[in-house]
Amino acid sequence: MSMVLFAVITLTVLCLIFGAILGFAAVRFRVEGNPIVDQINSLLPQTQCGQCGYPGCRPYAEAIANGDKINKCPPGGEATIQALADLLDVEPEPLDAVEGEKPVQVAYIREDECIGCTKCIQACPVDAILGAARQMHTVIISECTGCDLCVEPCPVDCIEMRPVTGDLRSWSWQQPVGTPDLILIATDREIQA
Amino acid sequence: MNELVLIALSAILVNNFVLVQFLGLCPFMGVSKKIETAIGLSLATTFVLTIAAICSYLLQAYVLRPLDLEFLRTISFIVVIAVVVQFTEMLVNKTSPVLYRVLGIFLPLITTNCIVLGVALLNANRIEYGFVASSVNGFAAGLGFSLVLVLFAAMRERIALADVPKPFQGAAIGMITAGLMSLAFMGFSGLVKL
Repeated sequence: MSMVLFAVITLTVLCLIFGAILGFAAVRFRVEGNPIVDQINSLLPQTQCGQCGYPGCRPYAEAIANGDKINKCPPGGEATIQALADLLDVEPEPLDAVEGEKPVQVAYIREDECIGCTKCIQACPVDAILGAARQMHTVIISECTGCDLCVEPCPVDCIEMRPVTGDLRSWSWQQPVGTPDLILIATDREIQA
Repeated sequence: MNELVLIALSAILVNNFVLVQFLGLCPFMGVSKKIETAIGLSLATTFVLTIAAICSYLLQAYVLRPLDLEFLRTISFIVVIAVVVQFTEMLVNKTSPVLYRVLGIFLPLITTNCIVLGVALLNANRIEYGFVASSVNGFAAGLGFSLVLVLFAAMRERIALADVPKPFQGAAIGMITAGLMSLAFMGFSGLVKL
């Protein structure tokens, strides 16, 4: 009986000591990092298009955490603003753009005018343009985020933005992710890893 | 000195904790798809194993054995290892964000693994092991784990590109590869007589 009591007391004392150490460490070594930046960053569309005026999505997330407006992200659109408003508990505002929210649109290359200069490929932040030097380029519609960064560099102005109409023909199943035998593009591999 | 080298060789090759003693198999199978993550986990594991060996030895030699409470080994080792690793994680997070980004997520993952408790208990079972021998055994166990994990990850990266028959794809070919590696490591038995 005394043996059991002794064991219980020893273990309790050990645990109290360790608890005190951890409690001390939690106060002494607190990190002032800002976890809200990660949460905001995960809501942004990660197109890194720079239309918000910051060099990428993460800098914009940091700016939002420091009190910037949440309505500067055209690729994210209304849905992103709503999600950010829910996260930060502020009122959702209309998108900060000249003509309000643009309709969902994708880039379209008029292929018979394309000279194959690859300039739009370099401009595309999500690698949605396919092509090679002196070969015709084309846009992968499902990858295009409609950021219109490729329109400006085109020397022959053969890229235009076309609205995507949501009808039965353009509707498709959501792409399955994470199945080992369906690795279509690089992002699938990342999701899988 | 000679004995320490023998202990290290034994833990790394002859009695490799993963492939011969079959401890720590879940991170071995689970985190071996990419070589970068495998290296991160290897570093974290080596670190945790060394720490675990040191703390459990101190606890065993200065608390449990004098008080004649050696039957409390398992529970108290778990507590002390968890606390020390958690403490180190906080310390690293505070002092070196770069190191934290490499090791951070792996540290709590590996702490609860059987290889950690295994090293601590195996050390405690060998009464002739002193402080240095226990630490060396823990560190060498980590090195052995790192060796096989990185080798295995390298192989799996190549297998991912190979034309594997459908029934063997995924985990199955991983298991077969691990089995063959284990057979190969059996060849080291007899290298060191302890």
